[in-house]
Amino acid sequence: MEIFGVPAQALFGQLLIGLINGSFYALLSLGLAVIFGLLNIINFTHGAQYTMGAFVAYLLLNKLGLGYWAALAIVPLIVGATGVIIERFMLKRLYQLDHLYGLLLTFGLALIIQGLLRNAYGSSGLPYTMPEQLRGGQNLGFMFLPNYRVWVIVASLTVCLSTWFVIEKTKLGSYLRAATENPPLVQAFGVNVPRMITLTYGFGVGLAALAGVMAAPIYQVSPQMGGDLIIVVFAVVVIGGMGSIMGSIVTGFSLGLIEGLTKVFYPEASNTVIFIIMAIVLLIRPAGLFGTQK
Amino acid sequence: MKKKLLSTLVAAACALAALAAQAQISDGVIKIGVLNDQSGLYADIAGPGSTLAARMAVEDFGAAKKGMKVEVVSADHQNKPDIGSNIARTWYDVDKVDAIFDVPTSSVALAVSQITREKGKAFLVSGAATSDLTGKACSPNTIHWTYDTWMLANGTGSAIVKTGGDSWFFITADYAFGHALERDTEAVVLKSGGKVLGKVRHPFPGTDFSSFLLQAQASKAKIIGLANAGGDTINSIKQAAEFGIVKGGQNLAGLLVFITDIHGIGLPTAQGLIFTESWYWDLNDASRAWAKRFAAANGGKYPSMVQAGVYASVLHYLKAVEAAKTDDGTKVIAQMKAMPTDDPLFGKGTIRADGRKIHPAYLVEVKSPAESKGPYDYYKIRATIPADQAFRPMDQGDCPLVKK
Repeated sequence: MEIFGVPAQALFGQLLIGLINGSFYALLSLGLAVIFGLLNIINFTHGAQYTMGAFVAYLLLNKLGLGYWAALAIVPLIVGATGVIIERFMLKRLYQLDHLYGLLLTFGLALIIQGLLRNAYGSSGLPYTMPEQLRGGQNLGFMFLPNYRVWVIVASLTVCLSTWFVIEKTKLGSYLRAATENPPLVQAFGVNVPRMITLTYGFGVGLAALAGVMAAPIYQVSPQMGGDLIIVVFAVVVIGGMGSIMGSIVTGFSLGLIEGLTKVFYPEASNTVIFIIMAIVLLIRPAGLFGTQK
Repeated sequence: MKKKLLSTLVAAACALAALAAQAQISDGVIKIGVLNDQSGLYADIAGPGSTLAARMAVEDFGAAKKGMKVEVVSADHQNKPDIGSNIARTWYDVDKVDAIFDVPTSSVALAVSQITREKGKAFLVSGAATSDLTGKACSPNTIHWTYDTWMLANGTGSAIVKTGGDSWFFITADYAFGHALERDTEAVVLKSGGKVLGKVRHPFPGTDFSSFLLQAQASKAKIIGLANAGGDTINSIKQAAEFGIVKGGQNLAGLLVFITDIHGIGLPTAQGLIFTESWYWDLNDASRAWAKRFAAANGGKYPSMVQAGVYASVLHYLKAVEAAKTDDGTKVIAQMKAMPTDDPLFGKGTIRADGRKIHPAYLVEVKSPAESKGPYDYYKIRATIPADQAFRPMDQGDCPLVKK
């Protein structure tokens, strides 16, 4: 059976690959959406924090002998802690100002982090070996599916859905959402709003770092790895609707699929297709597919 | 109207007179500009290391002792032809740069070659790969030093077809360099009796190659030719291992691989990979001594063939300036072609009329982790391709400078 001249089996393989890439987009855009939705900060450092995740994982392995599984748990905490410091000492001063200031600050930080890593480790990247348990793969008949990619989808879906659940369905989440709408009122109820905001930023950054650890065994661990990906992720967030948690998850996965299909039918356009969709969405629904006009 | 024409003529005459009256070394300083990727994916292949190599060449030439004032400047073209062109124009017009060196990324190099020709300056390419620089886009102001797509294709392509890899699928970076590399390799494969089953062009730079690798897998080609470079090649090789491509019986051919790439992939994944280079630090005593000096000043990172090419081309350029007693771009390039080359890294060689520097090339194989004695001990030399066979014969390049 063939669909538009491409064997159906090959197409299934490509769709699956698209879904896997989508899970990276979803994980990264989720962090961005959480930070924007609750702090109103456009976090341009996100790509650099993803890179930091991969580098910290590399350092843990090579300096302390801590492997992939330990890194999955520790790295988000370490990088998240740097996020907390950034929020406490820098971002906090910008909440009253225009979005542009936050954007400039985070963009500047991203350039500094990228530059420091390049100075220390060069641009060709570092090797990171895959954990023993996730090597190999399954032969599905229509394609060879590496075990690691299955793990990426499962892990990303779990993290995305639990984050959505916590923010949209629990009491803690309702405090968070209320604090963005009306901080003084929530504070009057005895909730420490500044601390909550700080931890939220730390959490968003931790998500980026987690994605970085998951990327380390399959992508090149290099200073520019975040920069290459972050532009696409921003487009995902814009299409999904700035600040919409579910929007960023759904858009992340579906754009991965669309990109996967483009890679089969017209590979040259696979980098541009997301931006074409972004332009169309902005024309028809300026607030994004899942966003609400404020 | 007539008056305007007259004033233009006068102005032109004045300008010409000014040129003629100038001292042979313009403004008393020979200014060398190293233009490359200082911050992106080619920064380790060329980048600040190339600037270091240029400075080492100035020092080894002994410019100061000879009373020649040589200055080295550098800039980041970010792999974008528009940015590279702007820097080149500003350097030539405002900053009085006499010659531009290195310039990886073929699209940028082609643009800079054109500008250099317009301005009558000198351009010595080390980092860029496209064989068009000495083919249909050749220029009397450009010399292509280190390697080119024809050399890579010829070295790697014919060696692989000879050992049974006769059906190919290309994964190609979608810009001038990738296209040239794919075209030159395809020609070699077909000429050696192989066939090309398909090709796919990926955006530059790319991150995820699994989709393209899957298409390559489906083609059932014996060899998957990677017509890309730097981070793109690293990601392709890493992900090919993940998708069990080599285990499934298909082999990868890295068409342009640098030592820094192997360092980034790691020997466990890269071992057994075969490709062509025109220089390796562990070739002989002179190259080893130079590489040690370079690494000491470069944070322990060993030189790539591109950085070695920058060193050698700066050295030969300065010799030519000294011999021709001028830094006029067109004259110096002519002098460089007239003089035989001799440097500690590439040995004795020549530069052809089309601007192609001629030296041997090496078919190398990546060592296994057990064979390697430490960082950067990565290659086994499988074959040496003699200088007269390593590059495209001059009459096949369609270079307008070459009389047929």
